[in-house]
Amino acid sequence: MNTPPQKSRPGAEQIPVVVSAIVPLNDLVTRFEFCRPDGQEFPPFSGGAHTVVEMRDHDRTRLNPYSLTSDPSDSSIYAISVRRDEQGRGGSLFMHRSVSVGDAMNITYPVNLFSLDLRAKKHLFLAGGIGITPFMSMIAQLERMTGNWELHYSVRNEALGTYVDQLRYKYPNKVHVYYSDQNQRIGLEQLLDGQSLGTHVYVCGPTGMIDQVHGAAAAAGWPEEHTHSEEFLAPQPGKPFEVRLCKSELTIQVGENESLLEAIERSGVDAPYLCRGGACGQCETDVIRADGEFVHRDHWLDDEQHSSGQKIMPCVSRFLGTLELDR
Amino acid sequence: MTIQFNEETFRDDYSFHNSARAIKRFPFPFHEDSYMYSVNMEQHRGGPEGSVYENRFDVDEHYLAEMRDRAMVLADDPLRCQSLPHMTLAGWDLLEVIMVSKSEDYPDLFELHRDGDRWRWINKPMGIDDTFTFLDETTLPYGPMEYITRQAQGDFCILDQRDEMLWMDAGMITTQADWSLDFDIGMNFFEWHAPVPLAHELGIFTRALKFLLNIPQGAPARRLNWTMTVNPLLDTSPENYHKWGIQKTSLTPENVGSKQHLRVELQTFFRLPRSNALVFPIRCYLIAFQDLVSMPKWGRRMHRVLRELPDELATYKGFIDNRPMMLDYLSKFDDGQPTSPGVWPDPETEPPLNTEIRNHTDGNSVDHNRSA
Repeated sequence: MNTPPQKSRPGAEQIPVVVSAIVPLNDLVTRFEFCRPDGQEFPPFSGGAHTVVEMRDHDRTRLNPYSLTSDPSDSSIYAISVRRDEQGRGGSLFMHRSVSVGDAMNITYPVNLFSLDLRAKKHLFLAGGIGITPFMSMIAQLERMTGNWELHYSVRNEALGTYVDQLRYKYPNKVHVYYSDQNQRIGLEQLLDGQSLGTHVYVCGPTGMIDQVHGAAAAAGWPEEHTHSEEFLAPQPGKPFEVRLCKSELTIQVGENESLLEAIERSGVDAPYLCRGGACGQCETDVIRADGEFVHRDHWLDDEQHSSGQKIMPCVSRFLGTLELDR
Repeated sequence: MTIQFNEETFRDDYSFHNSARAIKRFPFPFHEDSYMYSVNMEQHRGGPEGSVYENRFDVDEHYLAEMRDRAMVLADDPLRCQSLPHMTLAGWDLLEVIMVSKSEDYPDLFELHRDGDRWRWINKPMGIDDTFTFLDETTLPYGPMEYITRQAQGDFCILDQRDEMLWMDAGMITTQADWSLDFDIGMNFFEWHAPVPLAHELGIFTRALKFLLNIPQGAPARRLNWTMTVNPLLDTSPENYHKWGIQKTSLTPENVGSKQHLRVELQTFFRLPRSNALVFPIRCYLIAFQDLVSMPKWGRRMHRVLRELPDELATYKGFIDNRPMMLDYLSKFDDGQPTSPGVWPDPETEPPLNTEIRNHTDGNSVDHNRSA
């Protein structure tokens, strides 16, 4: 239109950073802090935002999203907290084993797919395990705005209670911790029933927990838009498959331990993306022909679209058979 | 670069005018000889030096006059500026992005000094030097959005983002093309666009919403929109339709060149960092037909675009009745020669108007050959 067309780049804009601290929090979770090599401040961000960390792992580039766990009003650092996942495809293992203080990395500008509803009279946070991460920045933001919040946090045992001590120390009256190994459970029904009008509930944790909260809130008569959830879907390994990229006139192989999106990128084709976790819709791709079975894993397409076989979200979904895409 | 600010009005005697520089940098919206809706988005990261796209928030010769006009509109109708209670943080976001951008892009006009939350803002053209506490509303004379948008050209909609939808939950709207913030406040993206013809059928709004929901922090976007305004009015609001609507009937073949203005909106979109809201500045640029046709390419193209425009759009944009008169005038500046692609005026390379062959492609206005 007004100026020569500028090709939009896939993904959010990147910020070069240096790893400034690596702090093991417990056996599984480590905190990574970043500063800017140019000494500039980081952009402010909103509670619940994540960043996509680029990892140069030998011949492959991994792009994994992690919630920012630092205080949004502290522009001197960004921090993420990474849980080591032995079963995963290797991103968290790379962070834990191969990243050292002083390393230069690239991360993206913050993106928020789990933001606070600022109309809420009260914010009720429900966290399970590593699902505590988005709430760290939400809590810091609300404290600054003197917002009304309360956290119910379920962890496996005392040794794995990421940030439990810090949260309890700073906010003794707002933080409630439940230890599974002591048979402690968040009493959802009672908790949701006791909230005043205008409360919003936010849940981040395992799929089962998210489903439970949505179910309990609906059963208790909560408006749907007062229940918010974020589940980071890491792409899962799967059988290798072949894909024809029709626009690019390329045939590519998707390996066992890479996502379809990563395979497309590896072939040199620019594909749009933002969250890489099946939630934002940015990488939605039209299917031209499909011979086999879809393994849809995203939260973006609805059931009808999933069964139509006409769309796929390459960041998390796979295919058994051969596939032709409009890319 | 020092800007010479115009002494001018957008009402009563309508002394608004564009300098030669302002004409040359006018954001002409048509990149080809016809027009149809599209999701014509591109990244907003600068543009050619001196163009309206160069800086994040363009400041031009109309700055002080526009701010005076805004203050008058607000004095008459305070509801032009509204912010629902949950949008205050987004207001601070907007204040921050404008102060940072303007002080970096126009250091001779604006200064921002920050010491933690203690901020000092100097706006030299408007004679403002205020010190306040960031995020503390009690330290500013207005709410943060109103404070900064009384010092920034263009309208500002702040859209809350929740439940995969955008909501018109705050705004400063005094230079609008016939829509009302007071009517639209609290509406969602599809509700406030409901009156637009044709675009829904084309699926424009579904695609546009998806694009806007995903605008990331650090990567603003922009597009142009346009309409027509008789007399250089900034405030063409439904609230004041009784004042300006009737002026459309004052157009005559003699005054169309000076009275009829092309109105272009430079619309930009920024993700606001602290609130995750989206701000949608709508910057209005006006140009009289007689100035527009001083660029031969624009004269030719404006004629062709208006001639081919579907009736629905001419009706929606409010100039269907005046279109024959506008076409008569513009036909005198269309000699049928081809135009170069793109929006730029290309005055050095575009051929001057050929008065010998003009109109020969346009039989219905041959008569004007003699009177031109």
